[in-house]
Amino acid sequence: MHKKMAFSFPDEVLEHVFSFIQSDKDRNSVSMVCKSWYEIERYCRRKVFVGNCYAVSPRMVIRRFPEFRSIELKGKPHFADFNLVPDGWGGYVFPWIAEMAGALPWLEEIKLKRMVVTDESLELIAKSFKNFKVLVLSSCEGFSTDGLAAIAATCKNLKELDLRDCEGDDLGWHWLSYFPDTYTSLVSLNISCLGSDEVSFSALERLVGRCTNLRTLRLNRAVPLDKIANILRHAPQLVEFGTGSYTADLRPDIYSDLAGAFSSCKELKSLSGFWDVVPAYLPAIYPVCSKLTSLNLSYATLQSSDLIKLVSHCPNLQRLLVLDYIEDSGLEALASICNDLQELRVFPSDPFGVEPNVSLTEQGLVAVSSGCPKLQSVLYFCRQMSNEALVTIAKNRPNFTRFRLCIIEPTTADYLTLEPLDVGFGAIVQYCKDLQRLSLSGLLTDRVFEYIGTYAKKLEMLSIAFAGDGDLGLHHVLSGCESLRKLEIRDCPFGDKALLANAEKLETMRSLWMSSCAVSFGACKLLGQKMPRLNVEVIDERGPPDSRPESCPVDKLYIYRTLVGPRFDMPPFVWTMEDDPSLQQLSRANLM
Amino acid sequence: MEGRVAYENDLNLKATELRLGLPGTHEEQQAVSSRVGNNKRPNDESDDQNETAPPPKAQIVGWPPIRSYRKNNYQPKKTESDGGGIYIKLSMDGAPYLRKIDLKVYSGYPELLKAVENMFKFNIGEYSEREGYKGSDYAPTYEDKDGDWMLVGDVPWGMFITSCKRLRIMKGSEARGLGCGV
Repeated sequence: MHKKMAFSFPDEVLEHVFSFIQSDKDRNSVSMVCKSWYEIERYCRRKVFVGNCYAVSPRMVIRRFPEFRSIELKGKPHFADFNLVPDGWGGYVFPWIAEMAGALPWLEEIKLKRMVVTDESLELIAKSFKNFKVLVLSSCEGFSTDGLAAIAATCKNLKELDLRDCEGDDLGWHWLSYFPDTYTSLVSLNISCLGSDEVSFSALERLVGRCTNLRTLRLNRAVPLDKIANILRHAPQLVEFGTGSYTADLRPDIYSDLAGAFSSCKELKSLSGFWDVVPAYLPAIYPVCSKLTSLNLSYATLQSSDLIKLVSHCPNLQRLLVLDYIEDSGLEALASICNDLQELRVFPSDPFGVEPNVSLTEQGLVAVSSGCPKLQSVLYFCRQMSNEALVTIAKNRPNFTRFRLCIIEPTTADYLTLEPLDVGFGAIVQYCKDLQRLSLSGLLTDRVFEYIGTYAKKLEMLSIAFAGDGDLGLHHVLSGCESLRKLEIRDCPFGDKALLANAEKLETMRSLWMSSCAVSFGACKLLGQKMPRLNVEVIDERGPPDSRPESCPVDKLYIYRTLVGPRFDMPPFVWTMEDDPSLQQLSRANLM
Repeated sequence: MEGRVAYENDLNLKATELRLGLPGTHEEQQAVSSRVGNNKRPNDESDDQNETAPPPKAQIVGWPPIRSYRKNNYQPKKTESDGGGIYIKLSMDGAPYLRKIDLKVYSGYPELLKAVENMFKFNIGEYSEREGYKGSDYAPTYEDKDGDWMLVGDVPWGMFITSCKRLRIMKGSEARGLGCGV
């Protein structure tokens, strides 16, 4: 009876039904119902997501999903963002492009995060995919504007070129002129990361002028304020706009030009940029503020009063990124004006200063958590915190899904009681039952990990630094957090026992990063031998780990599950622990 | 899950003890507790004072966790007179990864070549004007402003850092061909 159901629809009908299922998770579930659904689903999957480029090989992905049009790949571990992963570790996209070039000529979208993307890779993309439409490089490096020129020149149907947070070599703006005069399909352009001062405004203006579908334009710091008006006038349909350097001599003609240009942009919902901002020019954007849902002022060195004035014009904000110049008073104002706020990020203006340079404390966060009922995602840098405040915050906002708190000085205690902040963070995980991501800081003992292991059942990503007393802390997390996918730890006294006792858990996760902890080389070897489906990478720039005693702790450890064994592109300072030592020689040989 | 894996090795506590100093430095530490700490602990033992105090405000790598592009943006936009670094790409034949280095950091050829040797873990050999780099299969070369590939060391250092566009460690016969000087 049951079996009959599966065969009662022709494949095309099922395919059509599946086409409404976009999310990866759902697609994966669909493919597990039965063999025939697996087969039908794999031919019609159009979007593939690979969370760790070393977990699987390009050939395997193409073999299973021969018709995909869009791929998203992630490379380096998250801590690479903070320079903890040495240059040359890996994450090269070229092998993927090379495999896809032959097999998937109709590929349209490539989205990469924390990968090394060379000009060669970009040139190969341009050459191989005739209908290429979307290139999103997020926190990538290794390319220059030469590679971008190849994309511009060749990809006639390009819609999106987004280089958010990348470190590319900007050799000048000539690459923009490589977009042919006949090219008009650009919808989204984000070049905010490019650094060159050699700007070609005419090329930019002409490009913007002829691409009438342009919705997103994020410029870089090199574009001066007096050029913005012209650009905006060419693209009044923009929905998202990032300025360049927001400074100019105070001249009424520049001001009125600018204000007029902003007024003509009736669709604008998101603003960013604002480097070097001069407060006198801020009112130019007031005409669009009431419609703004997203505002990125994280480069704007404005004082609290100017920030409050600006924010008071934006009652519909859902997302705000800002420097701690906003201070507690500004956050209190924000809490009363922006009732729709969902995401807040407050960055430190003076991260390496010894003394606080602004009056931003835990009070600001308490105010926002109290006044903004929809707030679910927070990234907050501050210099003091108390358990009392954290408990209040937790009770105010049980709907938090992302809570990342960075108390700037490591191991800072509750400033009121001088106790660890265990209870405070414990409240966060206890009350916020849907918490998916958590970053800890301050003085913390194993107790906080007990709370986390007990309550944080939906937690997927956890970041720990300078915390805990010993292995028990790590054991609580690994044994208790059922949904954990990514765990990253630095400078904690976690050693071998918890890791080895929870070895199987590691296969249920995407990855584990541990640096400056207490895991010995011997334990790494043991783990590598015991778990063939994990790559246990020891990263150590001091030299080969076997030149030191086995009990010596490794510098950095990156463990991830994989279907394809040790990778072949490891640099000299990375060793994969494996079963067969002779296999290790083979991997090294492939490098040369 | 089975019980704990029997882990034989004597826990060499000293080796597993955490500290924030550079790897390889060795200081006398007495606390058995492997807690990393500063003086903000409530029950501060007087013993803590005997530990080698961390240098005042030594910057910890990657802390606070901020992206580098954010750090750069707090400074005013660099003008030429500020003398920013001279960043160039450094590649080595056979190595799959590139490095980027700041030439301003080095005071001369010996320093630069030492750093390059360390980065890629190889030996460059002895330089002589007539014969180029002897004793090694590799030769450091650079592309100058005119697009020509030259052997590193042939021109005075000052001229080199202003004209060098990128560095490449060549291997084998290609390298030897360049050794005949300009």
